[in-house]
Amino acid sequence: MTTLDIALPRPRTQAFTIVLRNVLVWRKLLGPSLAFSFGEPVIYLLGLGFGLGQFIGEVNGIPYFTFLASGLLAATAMNVASFEGMFSVFTRMTHQQTYDAILATPLQVDDIVAGETLWCATKSVLNTLPILVVATLLGAIHNWTALAAIPIFFLVGLCFAGPAIVVAAFAPSYDFFTYYTTLLITPMFIFSGVFYPVATLPVIAQVIVNILPLSHAIALIRPLVAGQALADPLLHVGVLLAYAMVGYLAATIFIRRRLIA
Amino acid sequence: MGASVEPLSESKEFMPDSVIVARGLTKHFGAHQAVRGIDLDVPRGGCFGFLGPNGAGKTTTLRMILGQSPLTSGTLTVLGLPVPAGIREIRARTGVVPQADNQDPDFTVVENLRMYARYFGLKPAQVAGRIDELLGFLELADRKDARMRELSGGMKRRLSIARALINDPELIMLDEPTTGLDPQVRHLIWTRLRQLKSAGKTLLLTTHYMDEAERLCDQLVVIDRGRIVTQGSPRGLIREHIEPHVIEVQGEGIAILPVLEGLPGARLLSVGETHYCYAPELGPVLARLEASPELRYTHRAANLEDVFLKLTGHDLRE
Repeated sequence: MTTLDIALPRPRTQAFTIVLRNVLVWRKLLGPSLAFSFGEPVIYLLGLGFGLGQFIGEVNGIPYFTFLASGLLAATAMNVASFEGMFSVFTRMTHQQTYDAILATPLQVDDIVAGETLWCATKSVLNTLPILVVATLLGAIHNWTALAAIPIFFLVGLCFAGPAIVVAAFAPSYDFFTYYTTLLITPMFIFSGVFYPVATLPVIAQVIVNILPLSHAIALIRPLVAGQALADPLLHVGVLLAYAMVGYLAATIFIRRRLIA
Repeated sequence: MGASVEPLSESKEFMPDSVIVARGLTKHFGAHQAVRGIDLDVPRGGCFGFLGPNGAGKTTTLRMILGQSPLTSGTLTVLGLPVPAGIREIRARTGVVPQADNQDPDFTVVENLRMYARYFGLKPAQVAGRIDELLGFLELADRKDARMRELSGGMKRRLSIARALINDPELIMLDEPTTGLDPQVRHLIWTRLRQLKSAGKTLLLTTHYMDEAERLCDQLVVIDRGRIVTQGSPRGLIREHIEPHVIEVQGEGIAILPVLEGLPGARLLSVGETHYCYAPELGPVLARLEASPELRYTHRAANLEDVFLKLTGHDLRE
């Protein structure tokens, strides 16, 4: 185990070349990518929204269909960035050796990590937008303020990119990602207020959920989608930004160790 | 640019126009010493070879030259720039053909080249002509729009070489460029590498194919267990280390050695079921062999493989 290079990241504008590379690949693989991040939430939306919606009616003054749609949008932004940061980064780092090829050019590890982080957030937006459109067509969304959620999708992507890339940096194989998805991503999806308000949980569970980032993403996206007033927007943005910053720093440090040995 | 190289009074062979200068280069991975004090002066122009068995430290040394592996100790200057401070410019002026092909599998041949050019800050419009030229040079013009999975191993390796030339590099580093390729492709690659040499490029080649090193390299070092064992030109090394006559005898070992033992000036070496007899004179060896008609043998000129076997031993390395 080599010593950690904990210097602050020094990415250059060439980091955008990494984003461009990923956009070009994404365009080629558009079908599977959208089916994966679009199909599942739309099934939840149709199944649970129409099904449960009949019984539930409104939650906190929001029709359940809209409540659920806003939660699924936040969860999709989380999932897209997390899966890209884990599986795709790991593939490019190991099986495809893409980073080895790139590290023979003037780009450096810090550029790669910055580019991948930006790309994860970009992909969160790209794959969330179709769901926003479908939810609107299905009548879940009636407010133009929903468009203001788009930059939040980007922020949520940034927030989940760093931790996912850190997991990739430690992963010996794809199986390793199960720990992260089972222990963190799935519990957040179930408990952070996608399907029901966090306030219905026991207090101790509420505390844990509020330390994790997804509840803060939902606290921003839900009022924007439903056309309600935002509560404590600076707090929620602050939490997401803090996760994004710490995750990005850790990702840079641990990917450096993985690639430069 | 213009970073000066420290004066090196001890080194008798130091050349002011060296493309790579290394002094006391070491690399440790924990307790494992991959590179143990290497000095290098790679002259500008021509092909410089790194020869050595698997695990000798060749690839680690290449990775250090590229700034992909920090030095444990020693100094390293590439194209007049210090490693690691000058690494961005070093990489901008270097081309790399990696041991394992690592093109983007989702891109076509031409898309791979365009994307790689962008990493060097070159826009597609700037490199369109160059890409056509390189595809022609490596006989890939008709595979321009092929996906990676449609390419054979030889085509992928040729694409790796084209990609390494996209930035018109001064220094080209090739890590075992013809491993696993069929003879036709190896010959095509050798021809192209010789053309690059004539165009004034400096090639740095690692290989464990001795015929490849003999064909291409002007100078080479033999690396074993992280150290340079010897260096020189292929012919110089053969003359220096190997007797003029080599007789290879095939067969089970037990019966052969007594037949050839005790010849004046001869040296015997066994690798698996092949036995080598290195001798100053051919006559006495043949006289002995003809007395044992059950033995099959060939007489040939000494080559680099003999040097390699003599210097790196003949035990299996993995």
